[in-house]
Amino acid sequence: MSKILVGLKRVVDYNVRVRVKPDGTGVVTEGVKMSINPFDEIALEEALRIKEKGGATEVIVASIGPADTQQQLRTGLAMGADRAILVQSDAPVEPLAAAKAFLKLIEKEGPQIVLLGKQGIDDDNNQTGQMLAALWNRPQATFASKVELDSGRAKVTREVDAGLETIEVDLPAVITTDLRLNEPRYVKLPDIMKAKKKPLDTLPIAELGIDAGSQFKTLKYEAPAGRSKGVMVKDVGELVAVLKQKGLI
Amino acid sequence: MTKILVVAEHAGGKLNPATAKCVACASAISGAEIDVVVLAADASAVADQAAKLQGVKKVLKVENAANAEPLAAVLAPQIAAAAANYTHVFGPSTTFGKDLMPRVAALLGVGQLSDIMAADSAYTFRRPIYAGNAIITVEAAKDKKVVATVRVASFQAVGEGGSAAVEAAAVNAEIPTHTRFVTRSAAATGRPDLQTAARVVSGGRAVGSADNFKIIYGLADKLGAGVGASRAAVDAGYAPNDLQVGQTGKIIAPELYVAVGISGAIQHLTGIKDARTIVAINKDAEAPIFEVADVGLVGDLFTVIPELEKALG
Ligand SMILES: Cc1cc2nc3c(=O)[nH]c(=O)nc-3n(C[C@H](O)[C@H](O)[C@H](O)COP(=O)(O)OP(=O)(O)OC[C@H]3O[C@@H](n4cnc5c(N)ncnc54)[C@H](O)[C@@H]3O)c2cc1C
Repeated sequence: MSKILVGLKRVVDYNVRVRVKPDGTGVVTEGVKMSINPFDEIALEEALRIKEKGGATEVIVASIGPADTQQQLRTGLAMGADRAILVQSDAPVEPLAAAKAFLKLIEKEGPQIVLLGKQGIDDDNNQTGQMLAALWNRPQATFASKVELDSGRAKVTREVDAGLETIEVDLPAVITTDLRLNEPRYVKLPDIMKAKKKPLDTLPIAELGIDAGSQFKTLKYEAPAGRSKGVMVKDVGELVAVLKQKGLI
Repeated sequence: MTKILVVAEHAGGKLNPATAKCVACASAISGAEIDVVVLAADASAVADQAAKLQGVKKVLKVENAANAEPLAAVLAPQIAAAAANYTHVFGPSTTFGKDLMPRVAALLGVGQLSDIMAADSAYTFRRPIYAGNAIITVEAAKDKKVVATVRVASFQAVGEGGSAAVEAAAVNAEIPTHTRFVTRSAAATGRPDLQTAARVVSGGRAVGSADNFKIIYGLADKLGAGVGASRAAVDAGYAPNDLQVGQTGKIIAPELYVAVGISGAIQHLTGIKDARTIVAINKDAEAPIFEVADVGLVGDLFTVIPELEKALG
């Protein structure tokens, strides 16, 4: 039995233009569309493809979040995951606590591969996979754009500032996904029906016996400084004149 | 006493300019003592460059054949060991730092702050969330080490002229062998590096093909500019991945940014918020890029760019 554990985070949908609340206590999330973090969807797609090619026998999706995260886990099951685990936490958890929670799931499930998105598009932290790999004392292959498995090892191509880097890691390992790893499949209606019958276990985070306390306190939220309205020019001649005037050419 | 360890990024014996920006961020914390750590197979050349950075007190060399390539799993335990007597550990918010610093933090048993854009005090920082649509002020617990990545586009590099002491540091850390470097393919373009270029020309989906991207390279060369791309252009294979600008690509702050055939999705805009002047060329007058552009021109790129090149002489 070779398992893949995939992390799915519930986040504000990427199409939503997030706004800061006027009183600076947070961002507006009431009535806003929530989805699976796009990078996590890519992680799940990769896990499913590995399983379909015979590289794994079970794909488990797991999330740490509020009760409503069941919706995203159901979507993950409809995409093709075999079962789901929700570690319920109504308060947001910092990446270190999320990594500790995932480690508990790893100890129980013994996966060969843990696939996570490289970052959540809400907090843009880009930390959980790396922290999990450290706590687990296993390799990490972050920002993956290609994953090739070969008898107990993975060759992973990573998107780095300089271009593409390939590393080889022994399994088990944590892999975090970049955008170009794959294009996630669409969920079909019959799959949504089927997903309702798949197991989804919920356990309160307190039962994991980890320190889920926080180190950071957000004092305030602000809208970013806006850019002042620019000028429209009507042709290339005017464009060049403005650039010259600004001393840019 | 605030003691900050800055992790140097380097390649090919050269210190990456991101390091001088991390030092700038550390220098914003009053009274901080700043050291730089260089991990390499042979760290001497890079350590000498780091020693010149203004505000650096000491440069630590951690030399080991295993450090020839920047593998996070290999470097992290050594940095965690070297960080024992520091209150803060900073690295750049580049792919190098993003890969490495969370691993360092977890080994130290602490959390991490990503992309700090301002240090208001030793324990109060500002950082962007939601692709830069909100900026939060965060207070870190004072009884824990602060491990952070620095959003390099937010800081001006410190100058040179310093003369810090360079010391070899012996660290006691177990180095894993489960992670091995295979290859890195970096296109040597001869153009200014996207992350530090004073001018950048970027092409979007509208460019239409890898072949057409020559138009963007041509204009960039005329301007002595680096080249960038939107995600759509990279996904379609018109430009390589290391040119992607935005939330999940590079965050840049050039003097001049020219967006050609790019609509201006939030994820793209977050990468160029700190550009001094944004020029947008797009055939759709309603394109959101015009809301942030300092200078906008509505037109077809295939006629505008050749005209512009000609006008530039
Ligand atoms: C999780 C996530 C992360 C993302 N990260 C990034 C990121 O880091 N960077 C990024 O760029 N995107 C990112 N995106 C994608 C982003 O949402 C947009 O899809 C992308 O930026 C669009 O690229 P584009 O502007 O080139 O293409 P389009 O949106 O298709 O825009 C093309 C533009 O070209 C104009 N045009 C067409 N023909 C011509 C012509 N002949 N002459 C002039 N103009 C013309 C059109 O009017 C249009 O405005 C991300 C998305 C997600 C979900």
